[in-house]
Amino acid sequence: MKIVYTDVLIIGGGLAGLRVATGVKRRGHDALILSLVPPKRSHSAAAQGGMQASLANCKMGEGDNEDVHFSDTIKGSDWGADQLVARMFVHCAPKAIRELAAWGVPWSRVHRGDHSAIMNAQKVTISEKNEAHGLITARDFGGTKKWRTCYTSDGTGHSMLYAMDNKAHEEEVEIHERQEAMALIVDNGRCYGVVSRNLMSGELVAYVAKATTIATGGYGRIYSISTNAIICQGTGQALALESGIATLGNMEAVQFHPTAIVPVGILTTEGCRGDGGLLLDKDGYRFMPDYEPEKKELASRDVVSRRMTEHIRKGKGVKSRYGDHLWLDITLLGREHIEKNLREVKEICENFLGIDPAVDWIPVRPTQHYSMGGIRTKYTGESQTLHGLYSCGEAACWDMHGFNRLGGNSVSETVVAGMLVAEYISDFCDTDASSMQIHSSKIENAIKEEKAKLEALLTKKNGEDAYVLRRRMEAIMMEKVGIFRNGKDLQEAVDELESLYKRSKNIEVFRSKSRAANPALVNAYRTQKMLKVALSVAYGALLRQESRGAHSREDFPQRDDANWLKRTITSWPDAEQTLPSVSYEEIPIESMELPPGFRGYGKDLTKHNPATHAREVSVNAIREALEREGASRFEIQSALLPFLDKLPQKYRAKNARLGETL
Amino acid sequence: MSEAEAVRTLKINILRFDPNDPDDFPHMQTFEIQESAGMTLYIVLNEIREHHDNALMFDFVCRAGICGSCSMLINGRPGLACRTLTSKMDANITLAPLPLFELIKDLSIHTGKWMRGLSERLETWIHEQEQTRDIDMLEERMEPALADEIYELDRCIECGCCVAGCGTIQMRPDFVGAVGLNKIARYHLDPRDKRSEEEYYKLIGDENGVFGCMTLLGCEDVCPKDLPLRSKIAYLRRMMLKVAL
Repeated sequence: MKIVYTDVLIIGGGLAGLRVATGVKRRGHDALILSLVPPKRSHSAAAQGGMQASLANCKMGEGDNEDVHFSDTIKGSDWGADQLVARMFVHCAPKAIRELAAWGVPWSRVHRGDHSAIMNAQKVTISEKNEAHGLITARDFGGTKKWRTCYTSDGTGHSMLYAMDNKAHEEEVEIHERQEAMALIVDNGRCYGVVSRNLMSGELVAYVAKATTIATGGYGRIYSISTNAIICQGTGQALALESGIATLGNMEAVQFHPTAIVPVGILTTEGCRGDGGLLLDKDGYRFMPDYEPEKKELASRDVVSRRMTEHIRKGKGVKSRYGDHLWLDITLLGREHIEKNLREVKEICENFLGIDPAVDWIPVRPTQHYSMGGIRTKYTGESQTLHGLYSCGEAACWDMHGFNRLGGNSVSETVVAGMLVAEYISDFCDTDASSMQIHSSKIENAIKEEKAKLEALLTKKNGEDAYVLRRRMEAIMMEKVGIFRNGKDLQEAVDELESLYKRSKNIEVFRSKSRAANPALVNAYRTQKMLKVALSVAYGALLRQESRGAHSREDFPQRDDANWLKRTITSWPDAEQTLPSVSYEEIPIESMELPPGFRGYGKDLTKHNPATHAREVSVNAIREALEREGASRFEIQSALLPFLDKLPQKYRAKNARLGETL
Repeated sequence: MSEAEAVRTLKINILRFDPNDPDDFPHMQTFEIQESAGMTLYIVLNEIREHHDNALMFDFVCRAGICGSCSMLINGRPGLACRTLTSKMDANITLAPLPLFELIKDLSIHTGKWMRGLSERLETWIHEQEQTRDIDMLEERMEPALADEIYELDRCIECGCCVAGCGTIQMRPDFVGAVGLNKIARYHLDPRDKRSEEEYYKLIGDENGVFGCMTLLGCEDVCPKDLPLRSKIAYLRRMMLKVAL
């Protein structure tokens, strides 16, 4: 049996995984990445519009800082986020982007002087400062007070991923491609790596490590239509779940992006609307101002997606053979702008729709896009329950997004969480406690168990067709666990998914019996895993009797802080159970820097928690007292929610800005 | 499409081979698929796998033309399968794996391994003089036009189409290809990379580098990202010639 030893094992070669690997390597630990695909093909490459970091270089970003970014992020999360984690994140985002600038990302830059832009369908002239010339610029995105989303045209994720992967090459990070982690190796409450399957030869290999990081992205592909790459199947979350020990957080928090093209579901960036694009209905009417007079097309993603769905339900959608859709109009931005700043969008329109977006409207509708839920971790990225297991990026519920992620905060999270988690892992690996204490027979048993599971799939007779189960699961998720949810549909979804899950134990791989490269075998075991993840999402959604962020219950339209200001925690302790176990983790108001409030969209339906008022009073008192003493914004912030002591020493310093010298 | 219009039946001919199976040998296999509106080769191949032959191996990741996984020979020409619409093609379509790369099975090839080798050979990363920039301070400035120009070359998705379309590499297996030369052009343009002209010369100043190119320029013809490969190769050649003299 083949066993490979390393210090830090990373599952997933996207931005988060690469950044962790590079970080631990620089601290002197060995790092090994297992990836389904060459890292540069990871889904991170698909991020188009940009990365949020409060640099405040461009005119429309002036006055931006960590505090504004923090406030936008918490409001965006509908107060579901962990405010300590969000604070750590906004503090480190400028550092992460400057690091990436040094590593080669060709960020678009500020050009001094006048340039025109489209704002609220009007052409305006913006004048950039002389002293900002050549610094990283930013564009507008939904749910943000300032222009904070830094970009390279609309290929931001691509450029970041390439720079990051190249950096990993320079640091000689070991990368094993076309490897699929099948199960965590767990002994005595600690994770020691994974059993992995080589997708080319079929060989099973145990990768044994002091620390294991899951950075496998989200679980969008449990839905039939998703903007996600086809490998975003939630297998990382399933790995954690199947350990029986690790937990998942807020799995029901699933984001729908307003503008994916119809029918194929490929994303057109939020930058389209950030740069001035409009949403139009079948009559060519701009409807968003009627629903959200203030933020219009640039309300938070969950809000825009719901408003679009409402508008379609009123009969205002454009009929098509693939169902109703709306229009995204970027023609008003002009060809020059589109060909410079929205060129991926242009290529997508040309290749998949056969249209020219400088002339034609783009058919769009809200489509599954992002998984706020994931492997529940401490602020260090370590699982709260399984020692030695870490997770970061979209795979994790770290939890800076709560129930709705802001556009531009996802790629930003990958590199920020990656740089921080690399340090916490390295700190752990520096201690004696990290020494491995697992008997090799345990490792060999883990390989044998996986081999037996695969053999069963290949030799089963009269079993189930994995494709049939999977397509049904995808349809249920789409129809009953979508943008608007209700108790009846969710109950039906849970019941049917549970029955699909039971049937999935009897999957047979028909005809294609190879033990080596075999897509049918891959589909079989992934379907089993995906059903567990889908059940976690649907069951969490059924139990959560409120509406918060992207989780919108028609039968419970209120955000209910009195009863539901808590995180859903999902686990699967017994392999024989057919529904996940669900518990809850309180989100304490007493320690919030920004107590729960109104997000500013639609009518305020919030059912407040009694503790909210008390915390508001105390926050205001602390703020006023310190302001009277002439305290700085840093001193005030620190009095409300101290976080610097949680950060690695090297990332604690303040961030320089043009208007804010250190 | 009106009712009267006949739905086409596509004949998809695929070059099949499983190197892991000692009894297998390369052979063509034909599948018949009913065309649907907006159909791409991504949809075609998945339909074949789901309904006709679940062992058929191919690679898709983003299925949106941005990750470079699904390059293959489409009627003999390298291209991205995911963004190839069947409506623009004849009903008889022939698919084969890209040549020159290690075959995994059927249409699946090991481009990642090849590209990683290239990256290590050409050291396609920023070579800084001092290792640590202070990330608490303002970032180094860059002219906006230069950043745009670097991004233009940074758009390469390492799909391997230029390698498969290259005449030179048929004769010189160690030729870096347009993908490699484009990367050097990208780093050479980047002021953050402190490598000297001489150091670049060592990387590509020979027949496996810029002087090997026979200027057939199949690379530019097939590049799905429309990268300016011809002008960049010409530029590098002039630059390297200057260094050599």
